[in-house]
Amino acid sequence: MQFIKPDININFVGKRKIAFALSLAMILISIASLLIHKGPRYGIDFAGGTLIQVKFNGPTSIIKIKSGLAALDLKGSSVQEFGETAENEYLIRTDRSIMTSEEFSLKVQQVLESSTGSGATVRRVEMVGPQVGKDLREKALFAMFFALLFIAIYISGRFELKWVLSGVIAGVLMGAVYLLSIFNVSVPYLIAAALLVTLLLFWFLELKYAMGAIVALIHDITITVGIFSMFNKEFTLPIIAALLTIIGYSLNDTIIVFDRIRENQKKYLKNPLGVIVNKSVNETLSRTILTSGTTLVVVLALFVLGGGIIHDFAFAMMVGIIVGTYSSIYVASPILLAWQVRGRK
Amino acid sequence: MRNLSWRALGVFGVLVVAIIYVLPTLNPSFWPHKKINLGLDLQGGMHLVLEVDTDKAVEGTIERLNQELRSTLRNERIRYISLNRIGGNRISIKLKGQENIDGFEKILDKEYKNLRLLSRSMDDDILTMEIDLPDSDADQIKKMATEQALETIRNRIDQFGVSEPDIRSQGEKRILIQLPGIKDTGRAKALIGKTALLEFKLLDETHDLNEALNGNIPPESEVLYGINEDPATQRVIKTPYLIKKRTLLTGANLTNARVEIDSQYNEPYVSIDFDKKGGRDFERITEANVKKRLAIVLDNKVYSAPVIQEKISGGKARITGHFTMEEARDLAIALRAGALPAPVRILEERTVGPSLGTDSIRKGLISMCVGGLLVVLFMIVYYRGAGLIADLALILNILLIAGALAGFQATLTLPGIAGIILTIGMAVDANVLIFERIREEIHIGKTPRAAVEAGYERATLTILDANVTTLIAALVLFQFGTGPVKGFAVTLSLGVISSLFTALILTRMVFDYYLTKRKIKQLSI
Repeated sequence: MQFIKPDININFVGKRKIAFALSLAMILISIASLLIHKGPRYGIDFAGGTLIQVKFNGPTSIIKIKSGLAALDLKGSSVQEFGETAENEYLIRTDRSIMTSEEFSLKVQQVLESSTGSGATVRRVEMVGPQVGKDLREKALFAMFFALLFIAIYISGRFELKWVLSGVIAGVLMGAVYLLSIFNVSVPYLIAAALLVTLLLFWFLELKYAMGAIVALIHDITITVGIFSMFNKEFTLPIIAALLTIIGYSLNDTIIVFDRIRENQKKYLKNPLGVIVNKSVNETLSRTILTSGTTLVVVLALFVLGGGIIHDFAFAMMVGIIVGTYSSIYVASPILLAWQVRGRK
Repeated sequence: MRNLSWRALGVFGVLVVAIIYVLPTLNPSFWPHKKINLGLDLQGGMHLVLEVDTDKAVEGTIERLNQELRSTLRNERIRYISLNRIGGNRISIKLKGQENIDGFEKILDKEYKNLRLLSRSMDDDILTMEIDLPDSDADQIKKMATEQALETIRNRIDQFGVSEPDIRSQGEKRILIQLPGIKDTGRAKALIGKTALLEFKLLDETHDLNEALNGNIPPESEVLYGINEDPATQRVIKTPYLIKKRTLLTGANLTNARVEIDSQYNEPYVSIDFDKKGGRDFERITEANVKKRLAIVLDNKVYSAPVIQEKISGGKARITGHFTMEEARDLAIALRAGALPAPVRILEERTVGPSLGTDSIRKGLISMCVGGLLVVLFMIVYYRGAGLIADLALILNILLIAGALAGFQATLTLPGIAGIILTIGMAVDANVLIFERIREEIHIGKTPRAAVEAGYERATLTILDANVTTLIAALVLFQFGTGPVKGFAVTLSLGVISSLFTALILTRMVFDYYLTKRKIKQLSI
């Protein structure tokens, strides 16, 4: 069986202007959404706060739950349904990190039972103090930063087969970051600065493959974060894990297309780059779609059947896989062409 | 083909080892090795991060020094105007008269060499001096406080009875506690968080309590409260006491604490035994203060303040306070394990009930089975015979991950299950790359054997490359992640490595077997 015939020849390269426009629009929307929502919406892992997951024996309503919570001085908490309606589970969240005293969950259970009139079980309590939240936020950002750093070093070495150069890049990057950290620059700016330095380095050293890969990477992460923000979903520790996995996955696709481009460049010396890129994308298309397909299927299974706790993680992975597959076809490879156009001028 | 059989032996060996490690998880009686560790999110339990208020430990040391200094001065008959702890961790002293000043400075030079002089000023014949501990000493006290708190908490949890607790320090003054499978989380928290500083202090009966309550507290005394709940009305009654600051005896001098039942009121109380020094001190204290009231203070709460009727020898005392049986039992544990050197505060708490954990396991496994089955079916439909080989690789892949989890005693968490599910999706990628290559080679007219050879050869580097990036991400995550997320990094890394093994070595072997031993002419791909 074959979905994609071996002699397929879709003109991806010809449509790259449309793809660029689409990508640009998506990125702008993502940034706009982040601006409107005043940055990513942090879950209690990062913002600090208290989360209580309660399961009721029978159906109840959010209003009843809220009236019960009012008795506990938890008036401002948000209550939302969790998982499927039939499970009668609710998630209660407050920004305050209540110093969960000894009988806290017992008290919550009692007030909720009396206000809703049905048996309740507190199944999960998570309390993160503001200091820990701040620490975790910093930790997560550092994880993102180091992942980007190592991957930048790896792709500059691997794609261009110049490991000495990648050593130099690593040195410059670390130097720049060290310089900034002396001035106490906060981590998000540190990441932005490191990315900028990486892009500039790749540009001036003419590492076009590395450039394509890193642009595709930024593209994928930005859009995934943007879509998360659009759906007003929370950023938690598992979501950071998903984002890092997406970084790895997106590159995986890009590497395979780039390897094919390089192989074909040696094979067909006379063809212009545009033709070679298009041929390579077409040749690997079958694999790209199959792998993305199987990964998407399992993540979809997780999304549908995995339960509420893992739901958002699966959602982030789904978005990342789709965007990552798109970007390895429409973003990473056309960058090579854009580069060549620049070189000719 | 000796080469092939050696490789087969190697692969077989790896698989057997994996099976040996996985077996105990399926049936505990099968093999002495341990089961796969489940994270707190899967088996239920409590995760706590505590902060030791190490500044308080320094303050405590300063307060003790202050008291010591007072009694030394008293013994040496040096009179002072005031001698107090100010601003938490400094001692301020005022002396009048050259003779007192000389005497004091002599003591300071001789017995308190380690104290740091902050300021010294003379006004007429009044000397004002501020002293504190040097920073290195204060840091040492802080470090010791965290270590000691860790040890004490470990003792308490051991006595409380939790199987396989994980207690470790995190950074300078934090303590991470993981109590898997614990049900009564409230009690555990109360026991862990209790400072359990037991002090015996005299009541200040020379000053008036009411005046002290109006803010006119004598410098050597303080107001502490006794807190009792009326069992009938459930009202909390706070009783104030005016108590001398000086601690006569602490719980550090006790050898045992246990629960006993009062035969008269049928109420549990905690009976404590002092060690030799404590017993002697207690005898001396009670002898010197007959007819006075001695307060038993625990964590700055007055439990009782009985009048000393006569000298008490024998080194025994009792703490009463309308305890429930559980409260008395936990207090006895805390006293036996010793006081925390400084109060602790809960910074982070994550509690998962056992039913939620079971639910998570069930849902995780269901989505793994459904996702896996879909992929397996798809591979057979799409690649037929070769798909079957890839499916074999996939199943062995999961076996290898499980074996490695058990072998390294890593912890499986809910995100960890997600990592395995993700691996199922991504593991076939390597096979897809190889099979697509083989198809291409067949398409340009190569023989099956040459096509397989070329397919593997050309795909190998790409597969390695593509997996390195995921591995980088997973390793960074492992370094920075905590708890459940770390579990994800573990299964993802293991998945990447085992899928490399199955795709590049195992499936290759199966192909080689069919091509060389069975000499098949037509590839089913």
